[in-house]
Formats: sequence, C-alpha cells, structure tokens
Amino acid sequence: MRIEQHPIITFNKGRKIQFTFDGKIYEGYEGEPIAAALHDAGIRVLGHSHRLGRPRGFYCAIGNCSSCLMVVDGKPNVRVCVEKLKEGMVVETQIGRGEIK
Amino acid sequence: MIHTDIAIVGGGPAGLRAAIMAAESGAKVIIIDRNSQLGGQLIKQTHMFFGSQKQYASKRGIDIANILISELDKYKDNITVMLDSTVIGLYEDRVLTVDQGGKYIKIKPNTIIIATGASEKFQAFPNNDLPGIYGAGAVQTLMNVYGVAPGDSVFMVGAGNIGLIVSYQLMQAGIQVKGVICRGPKFGGYAVHASKLKRLGVPVMPSHKVVYAHGKDKLEKITLIKLDENKKEIPGTEFDIEVDVLCIATGLTPLAELLWQMGCEMKYISELSGHVPLRDKNLMTSLDGIYVAGDVAGIEEASSAMVEGALAGLCAAKAAGYIHPDYEALVEDCHKQLYDLRSGPEGEAIRKGLSKAELKEVGL
Repeated sequence: MRIEQHPIITFNKGRKIQFTFDGKIYEGYEGEPIAAALHDAGIRVLGHSHRLGRPRGFYCAIGNCSSCLMVVDGKPNVRVCVEKLKEGMVVETQIGRGEIK
Repeated sequence: MIHTDIAIVGGGPAGLRAAIMAAESGAKVIIIDRNSQLGGQLIKQTHMFFGSQKQYASKRGIDIANILISELDKYKDNITVMLDSTVIGLYEDRVLTVDQGGKYIKIKPNTIIIATGASEKFQAFPNNDLPGIYGAGAVQTLMNVYGVAPGDSVFMVGAGNIGLIVSYQLMQAGIQVKGVICRGPKFGGYAVHASKLKRLGVPVMPSHKVVYAHGKDKLEKITLIKLDENKKEIPGTEFDIEVDVLCIATGLTPLAELLWQMGCEMKYISELSGHVPLRDKNLMTSLDGIYVAGDVAGIEEASSAMVEGALAGLCAAKAAGYIHPDYEALVEDCHKQLYDLRSGPEGEAIRKGLSKAELKEVGL
C-alpha cells in the first residue's frame, strides 16, 4: 500500500512500469527497490532460509542482512531491498543457494 | 590504481562532515558509498534533531542531508564521490578494493576514514524470522524514502528514541501503532517523544517482552508477557495482540568488518553496543593513518557522528600533510562539542564506554 498523503514528505516517484514476479505481471515505479514494489503489491515473502526453507521478508532494507535474496533476470542472490526496479524485470523466488551460470 | 590523499568509506553524517573538513584543509578526497545517494540514514529521518546549532539542531534529518551535500559541492574540485560502490577489501598495504556494479577498482590513499555506520540488532523469540518482523530502520526506509506502508498495524519493540520516533512517524503516515514495549521498568527515550505518542492514544508499556510470533507465511499475531522489576517473566501474564508488522527498535551495532579485516585493535564494549576500534582522542585507530567516525566507533546520535566526522577529517588531512589554517581552534571546538553532547545523565553510558575504548600509546 502506498502512502498517498504525508504531512512532511513529498515522494519523488519514477515512471510507472511493469515487471513480473513468478510469472505474474505487477506494477511499480522505476528506480525504487524491487522490494518496495513487491511490498506495495502485498508480497511479504521474499527470500527463504537455506537449510529449512523458512520464508523470509526483508529485515534491514538497506542491503546488510541478506534476508531478501531473489533471482532477478536470471541472476541469483540479488538483494531486492536495494536492487533498483527496471521496466520488464523478471523477478523470481529463489530456492536454495542459487547457481552461477 | 587510483591515488588520493584521503579515502572515506561511507557518505553518511560522519563521512560527509569528514570530507568537507578534509577538503577545506586542502586534501584530495574520495568518498565511497554503496548507496545511490549520499546522506546515509539521514535521508529517512523526518524528525527534528536535538543538540546545538552547530549540529543543525531543530532541523530534520532529511534537510541536514541536503545541507551537507550542498556544502560538499563547494569543494567539488577536491572531492570525488563514488556512489553505488561497495568497499570489499581493505588491505595491509592500505589498498582499498571497490566493487562498482561489477567493476573492480583499487584505491591507494595516504589516510583512510572509516565511517560505515551500524546495522540493526535482532531479538530472540520463536518465529522471529517471519516476514512482517522488520528492523525500525527498515520500516523508516520503506515508508519515509519510498512511500510504501509497511503494513496495516504495527507493534513496536523498544522504547528508546528510535522506537518512539518511528512509532510517531508511522502514525504520521496514517499507519496504526498498537503499542510500544520495552523490557525495563522505564522507557529509555526522551519524555517528549513518549508524550507525543500518548497524546495520540498509543500505549507505551514498559516491563513487557515478546515471547512468541505467530503466522505461517507472514506475521499475524504476537504473544507478550509482563516482566517484573528485575526483567523476569511473570508467569500467567501472557496476552496476544494481532498485528501484521512487528518493528524491532532495540538498538544498533557497529558495522566494523573493514576494521577487523585491516587488523585494528578491537574491543567489546557494551555501552558502545558492540565491538569497537580502540582510538586516540583524535579518532585514529591502533593503525597509523586509519581513522574512524560515527556509529562504527560506537553507537551514538547523528549529531555526535557529524562532529566526529569533522574531527577525523581535520586530523586525517593533517596526517596526510594538509593542515587547516584554523586546525588547533577547530579541533578544540570539536572536542568541546563532543564533550557537551555527551554531558549530563543521558551521556553517562557513552562516557563510560568511551573511557574503555581509549588508545593511549599512539597518535597523541
């Protein structure tokens, strides 16, 4: 959910664009973190723990904790809390540790 | 290999003030920051700062970031800013290695200022990894920088200044805060912040803790328990609260990896919230020419980070051969500002912590 009115801040959003997450089309603003667009769409589960596969959201949102690793445009282990959203990006749930292709 | 007088790792309040003072001293400076914009965590601080005029008191963090960035602009001949750049190594021969979007860059400075800041602490309870359980800084980033609500209703753990301020900011953004708890019998933040929340009807509840988080794929409910004056659980006092966000504001810990890697002498000091580098009064570590400033040297407020930054900037420039025309007076003024910021009962823990972090043998 977007915060539309705020007493102090005016948000400078980028262009509205489309991307896909696990095959479905979503909308977000260009240049915002992928996690922000997913969160707005109600998606809270981003990464999964390696050993037990427990669902994880972000924790720090500034690239420290690696709780939000996903596959972006085929590349695994992308921290979606800091990776900027681009038109047509393909975002996927990552299972396991990911492989270098 | 890029050669420069001073490399500053981190472009937050400490790093920016360090760059300004070092450049004003005449040194060539490179600031390296992993984010796309300078300002560090100031860019999400919508509240007005305390302290004195010299640390931009009564201005909002977001505005302070802009003031610092425009001051930096005055010295653009001397300052190079590398954004989206992560320092990945700091070696014994003082070479910094940087990853800039897949590009590998090496920098060899004369002196180095580490101003990497801090990361958020976690809390231990069953299911503490459920999506919806977020650090207070994460919640601030999401709502204040990107304009996305973290959820429908939030419960706050931690009633220090961060917990109280972020709760108020959530209410400002139209998000319900169901309560704020802390373990101790008294909340730790300033009374002015707690009063604002109470006026909005948000209960501030000392002597409570979270014992369980419920939910399958995301947080649905938390169980709290009351604590006695010794912070021991009182059996039978558990109760549930339905929330989709649990915000953890129980403190930060220094992001000191580079200092460890380099071999700086480190010490665990609980009053400074973790392992910190030993340093002399001008913020030089146990390694000649390696300086620290801000939260990486011990968790404090952004106001003291800015003063430490200025001090480290002046001293690192001097060590690199550039002495500011007003060096003596400015250094003395930094020491005085830090003394004032750390005075009084609120500064007691910091003073105690810093006395344990003193490095007496070198640099003085």
